[in-house]
Parts: sequence; structure tokens; C-alpha cells
Amino acid sequence: MVVFEKPHALTDVPLHYCPGCTHGIVHRLVAEAIDELGIEGQTIGIAPVGCSVMAYDYFNCDMIEAAHGRAPAVATGVKRADPDNHIVFTYQGDGDLASIGMAETVHAAARNENITVIFINNAIYGMTGGQMAPTSLPGQVTQTSPYGRDTSHCGYPIRVCEMLATLEGPEYLERVTVNNVANVRKAKKAIKKAFQNQIDKKGFSLIEVVSSCPTNWGMTPQDALKWIDDNMLPYYPLGVYKDRSAKEEK
Amino acid sequence: MADKVLMKGNEALAEAAILAGCRHYFGYPITPQTEVAAYMAKKMPKIGGTFLQAESEIAAINMVYGVSSAGHRVMTSSSSPGISLKGEGISYLAGADLPALVVNVQRGGPGLGGIQPSQSDYFQATKGAAHGDFHMIVLAPASVQEMAELTIKGFELADKYRMTSMILADGTMGQMMEPVDLDFKITPEPEKPWATTGTKLKRNHNIVNSLSLVPEELEQLNIARYERYKTVEENECMYEEYLVDDADIVLVAFGITSRVSKHAIDNAREQGVKVGLIRPITLWPFPKAPFQKAVGHAKAFITVELNMGQMIEDVKLATNCKVPVHLCNRVGGMIPDHTQVYDKIMEINEEVK
Repeated sequence: MVVFEKPHALTDVPLHYCPGCTHGIVHRLVAEAIDELGIEGQTIGIAPVGCSVMAYDYFNCDMIEAAHGRAPAVATGVKRADPDNHIVFTYQGDGDLASIGMAETVHAAARNENITVIFINNAIYGMTGGQMAPTSLPGQVTQTSPYGRDTSHCGYPIRVCEMLATLEGPEYLERVTVNNVANVRKAKKAIKKAFQNQIDKKGFSLIEVVSSCPTNWGMTPQDALKWIDDNMLPYYPLGVYKDRSAKEEK
Repeated sequence: MADKVLMKGNEALAEAAILAGCRHYFGYPITPQTEVAAYMAKKMPKIGGTFLQAESEIAAINMVYGVSSAGHRVMTSSSSPGISLKGEGISYLAGADLPALVVNVQRGGPGLGGIQPSQSDYFQATKGAAHGDFHMIVLAPASVQEMAELTIKGFELADKYRMTSMILADGTMGQMMEPVDLDFKITPEPEKPWATTGTKLKRNHNIVNSLSLVPEELEQLNIARYERYKTVEENECMYEEYLVDDADIVLVAFGITSRVSKHAIDNAREQGVKVGLIRPITLWPFPKAPFQKAVGHAKAFITVELNMGQMIEDVKLATNCKVPVHLCNRVGGMIPDHTQVYDKIMEINEEVK
């Protein structure tokens, strides 16, 4: 009897992610949501530039690799090509979504583009070897903030969910994390809802997943998960920042 | 033949795109091409198509990338500074072998430049739109009729070769009005089995991608792409010849300057000067054949350009520098009138007599 297996929406290609990285968990949650909603055959995923650049090899649905930061614009094109049949998601890191691609993110949200955005916030540029990200915490040491992020010099990290929640456009914004089993279960629920919203034509849903990068944070995987609790979550509180349909139902 | 209608070049181009089956347009306002967007904004919603004003040129070209990935005919249009912004996306389109139509109604540059007609993006269009080894098919209309015809041709060639086609017009072509016959025969869109339309759980997943981290593989992809470009060069060169057969002096011009040149040629011919014109219609691939023929009898060439001398380099290559190639130009939004071109013809005629 099979009690645990790989979701159908994931391929058998071995992931290239570092040991302890939470990309693997989030990939699985996205794939489980796709499986449970029965939408793999109509789903088109957009991979970013960054650590998840090769996500196109890992998901069984049709996949597109986008230019750095441009995934929401590419997703807009794919969705508008066949809005009734295409289910479109982007999978983006913090550098991709909140730095070089901020305009595409904000405007896709403002248009309430009917897509699902999975946003991995690990407060660092992983793929290029650990540079300061738009979400790096004050004082955080990275390759390009070797003395710690000095807010008087390079400003403050951006809280994406809070910022997008000021817009009329988006349907659903939630910040989750995957640093323990209970949080993984909550993250799964949020991700599934973000896809269900698209199926129901409700519009733009973004799930920010506070994630770990043990390699570039210079920690063991366990310490990295604890660092999320101790440092990331105080700056990036978990929760639902916008849920238009729930608000309207009240 | 259907009745002709009087249209602006930009509008004829937009209508031709719709006739070609394009149902998705993404753009960003910039003079002097805004009529294309305005036309699409009016028409697309009425025919079940998509017009979307993007937040930037960068977003617009990436929306094009998305629709093309999904296998549909799609276009964007802009003018010079906007095309520079689209360069990144154009490179990705090339790397992913996606068809698309990009329109550049050129204005003077560099930088913000001006808003009057120019041909100063010739190098950018034909040689270096962005990073990496790639080409676009570049079509240069010289009338409102050709704004329409070459748009349809551009979509067909883009699909045939999985490339970006660019309409390289100057501001004059976009803004002027002429009678146009829109009774076109459209080649049906080819099947696109590579498109990301959803697997329907009936096939392996399709991947649209320009990343290739294994150098041996990336090398082969580039070589294969250039094999395809070679086929384009062999089969798709387009040009017009005007009074070239006996010409001692051959003018070379595209777009609006080709029309000014014809006027000057007629006047020079009246004075007994044997002068003709080669008008490249495809700027890439650059039509070498008429030059190889003309270089047998021509004593000099003169390129007439709205730039500081860009196409002149291709003319020197196409003629193997066997005879002198001169430049007659205006820049910054200025257009030479036929007397300037005439005077240049007469000056060179004195030299070669």
C-alpha cells in the first residue's frame, strides 16, 4: 500500500537545490495543489531567474522560463491568450519579484490579473552566491552588505504583501512559512486557495513564503529554520493581508 | 481588387495585423506610433481580441513573449527609445525561438532624441537589437500600402522561421496618409506543437526556454539557429530596382528616402545622367544580389539615409568595396529634399565621368 508518493505534477528530475533549502517543500506544495485541483493538463508555470530558474524541469505541466523579474508580464500574456482554459502560475524569488521585477508585480496586482504568484522570500540572492536582496533584514550580513545591511546607506527591506494590500486590485495576499510541520500545512492551504481563486476567476493571488537559505545564510538547515522564527517573522508577520471575497461575504 | 481606402500608415499597419489573425496587442504610449495602440484599443475588444496598455515597454514585450509561448500571433509597437527597452525581451524571444512582430516607427536619437522621422535604428535592427548572437527579419516599408503588406508578410515569416519580424518604419511612414488596398490573401497560421497550451495530460510537457547551461549544447543551439538564418537569407531577400540596368550611379535607400531619391533620379535622368535606385525591402536579410549585379556597371553608389551612415556599411560589404560608396544624409528628424539628393548625384557624376 502506498502511503506517500511524489505528486504527479512533479517530474522525476532530481532537484538541484542545496540541502535544507525550502524550495523543495514549496515545489511539492504547489504540485500537490495542482494534483488535488485536477488542473495539471491546463496549467502553465512560469519560472524566474534565480535559484528556481530550472523549475521548468521539475513541474510536469507546460513551463516557460522568463527573463529576470518579468514572469508576471509573461503570465499576463499566457493567461490572456486563453483566459478560460489556461491556469497560470509564476514562481519567483525576492530579487526577481521585489527588485528587478517590482513594476511587473505591482501592475499585475493592480490589474487583478487572474494568475497565481508564488513568492519565495528568503532575504537573499541565492543563485548568484548570497547578495543583499530587497528583503534582506536591517543588519543582515551578505556578500554585498559585508558589514551588515546599513539602512542609512541602502534603505529598508520591502514588505511585499503589506504594500500590495494598499491596492484595490489584488484578490488575495497571504504570507506563510514552511519552517515546521504546522506552518507547512498552513502554507499548503494558502497555495491551494491561490489556485482555486484563479479557477473561480477571482483574480490575482500572491502567496509569500518566508523561506530559508542555509547555504548563503551560513547556517545549518536547523539553525536556518530557527532564524526564520527569530529574525524573519518579526519583520515579516504571517497572515492574510487581503482576501476580497472573504471580506465581501461578511 | 477591392476599393482603396485612405489611411494613415500606422492605422493601415494595425488593420493589416488584425487581418493577419493577430488578436493580441501590447504597447506603451510613445510618439510617433501611438495611432497603432489607439487603433487596437478601439478594434480588439470588438473582435474578441486583447488590447492591453502595459506598464512599460519591458512588460509589453514580455506579454508578447507569453502570448507567443501559447502559440498565438502577437505584436507590439513602439518608437526608438521604447525599442531599446524591448531589446531584452527581443533577445529572449530569439533564444526561445518564438515568433513575434515588433514595429519600430523610428524617431531621432540617441537618448530621448526628438519625435521627427529617422532611420537611425538601422544598426540596432539589423545587427544588435540586444545581447547574444541572433537576427530579426527586418522589413522596411516605403508606402502606406507596404505598411500593411509587410505587416502580413512579417507575421508569416515570423511563424515560418520562429523568429521576430520587425517592421522598421520611419515616422513619415507612420504618419502619412495614402490610399491602401486591404484585400489580402492570408496564409493560415501553421500548427505550433511546441506551444505551452497545457498538456491536457496527453503529451509530455512543453518548455519554452532560452537557458542552456551546458556550453556544448548552447553552441549547437546557436549553430542550428544560424543554419535557419541561412535559409532565410537564401529565400526571403526582397528589394526593388528602379532604372538600375544602365546606371552609372546607383542610389541605395529604404523607406521615405527611397521616394525622395526617385524624384531626384527622374530629374537627373532628364539631364542625361544615368542613375538608378536599389531599395532594400528586407534590411535583414540584406539583399546582396542586386548589388553584385550592379557593381558590374556602376561607377559609384550613394546611400541616402536618415542617419550618420549606417546602411552604407552593408552596401560596402555587398559591393566588396569595388567602387566608391558615398553618403547623402540628414539626421535629427530632418529629411533631405529631392534637390539635396539631386545635387549629390550631380557632384558624384562629375567625379565618375
